Amino acid sequence: MRDVAVIGVGMTKFGERWDKQLRDLFVEAANEALKDANIGRDEVQALFVGNFSAGSFVGQEHVAPLLADYLSLKSKPAFRIESACASSGMAFNLACMAIASGIYDIVMVGGVEKMTDVSVPEITSVHAKAMDVEWESFFGLTLPAAFALIARRHMIQYGTKPEQLAMVSVKNHRNAAKNPLAQFQFEVTIERVLASPIVSDPLHVLDCSPITDGAAAVILCSADIAKKYADTPIYVLGFGVASDSIALHDRSDITTLGAVVKASRQAYKMAGIEPKNIDVAELHDNFTITEIISYEDLGFCEKGKGGLMIQEGETEIGGRIPVNTSGGLKARGNPIGATGVAQVVEIVQQLRGEAGKRQVSGAEVGMTQNIGGSGSTCVVHIFGRQRR
Amino acid sequence: MMPKSPRIWQLAERRYRLLGSKCTVCGKTSVGPRSVCPICNSEKIETIQLPSTGTIYSYTVVHALPAEKSGYGPYIMAIVELEDGTKLTAEIVDCEPEDVKIGMPVELAFRLIGQESEHGIIYYGYKFRPIISRT
Ligand SMILES: [Zn+2]
Repeated sequence: MRDVAVIGVGMTKFGERWDKQLRDLFVEAANEALKDANIGRDEVQALFVGNFSAGSFVGQEHVAPLLADYLSLKSKPAFRIESACASSGMAFNLACMAIASGIYDIVMVGGVEKMTDVSVPEITSVHAKAMDVEWESFFGLTLPAAFALIARRHMIQYGTKPEQLAMVSVKNHRNAAKNPLAQFQFEVTIERVLASPIVSDPLHVLDCSPITDGAAAVILCSADIAKKYADTPIYVLGFGVASDSIALHDRSDITTLGAVVKASRQAYKMAGIEPKNIDVAELHDNFTITEIISYEDLGFCEKGKGGLMIQEGETEIGGRIPVNTSGGLKARGNPIGATGVAQVVEIVQQLRGEAGKRQVSGAEVGMTQNIGGSGSTCVVHIFGRQRR
Repeated sequence: MMPKSPRIWQLAERRYRLLGSKCTVCGKTSVGPRSVCPICNSEKIETIQLPSTGTIYSYTVVHALPAEKSGYGPYIMAIVELEDGTKLTAEIVDCEPEDVKIGMPVELAFRLIGQESEHGIIYYGYKFRPIISRT
């Protein structure tokens, strides 16, 4: 199997992009990635794009050839991957495998979602399709409600407190305030999080990632040719992918995301590293509870100690393992299909040393962890400045 | 957004009568119909009557409503653990949000779930309500 490197990254400003269409957003991010990699579009051999539900949000399906067309990729193969919030994390994984296999040498991976053309209740209904429509959503379960069920159990089993959930939001907002592409470039306080309206208790509005328009794209190539294009190629050291039951009620213990445990163990093994070797991580904080559980399930701390980990500042920039330096899904924004690749963009910038005011000093090894639905999909990638 | 009539009828009997699936090899039960056991991979699955009582495993009060529930909430959603250990997702009714608790005993309540549209078909299914101790 061949090694894979990232040689270019691009991302739009995340937020309410009322003046831009789905295709405009994607082309903006993709052009930037091409420019960053300093390659021509003719050199890109295939496009892998993550998108959750353009059909529901903007009425357009078959988005892969649409985007390839508007990017002028001239009849190149174009694949769309759907895995709810993990769509572009999964697209990135398939693209890695395509390069590793030797089929392609250079590909583009991107993700895009245009959400703000429909109403908030409609978006809530579309989100709910990422769960079991017949046995969960039919009865009135929403995606925030699913994570609220998880949060309540975590509080009962491990004593996790609402204030600790709020601290995730406070940290991620603080980081986003240093990210010019983030949706929310302002700070919040624990009091403000806890005083914000309830979405599905115990989760408040400021515990939840927002509705976002945006796109992100990266260029991947075989590691052997990476130096030709980039001074500092960032290498994919390992990855893991796993699934879990589509319905939350079919899991024996909902305070552990089994797919996160499985995917991360595969990734650590492939990269030959342990959790303590991770210098910076972009984790899936679609809700504050998800980041806390992820600390535990990724092995950053003991099971049940996630609340303590945020409280003690271990995941702040400057802490033991800085998490979501970009602002995360919470504050950088969560354009569903673009989220996984946006995580990769941040880690690549961190490992290159180009993260500006939010730079983690001396970061050599980074991780992305992208979750779909209520944890039914998890994809983890580990990156390094040095080839393995 | 919600399924149209034929899809509702496909599962109506199971939802109306709270029928579930049971693996005859390992005994694993599930609320939805399955052809393959998610635990032991056996294809020997029978349809069973699930118990109509259980306890609340986890719950939340939904304030941000999906389009289908416009004007309906806030409402309580829970994972209920039935007496035989089967877990399912259901709304909790006849209960104030401040009274719901983990471990609270609940029983089946057959109720209206929703309506396709203003003139569309009305569909029904299971909800759960607190068991009031009768002494
Ligand atoms: Zn079985």
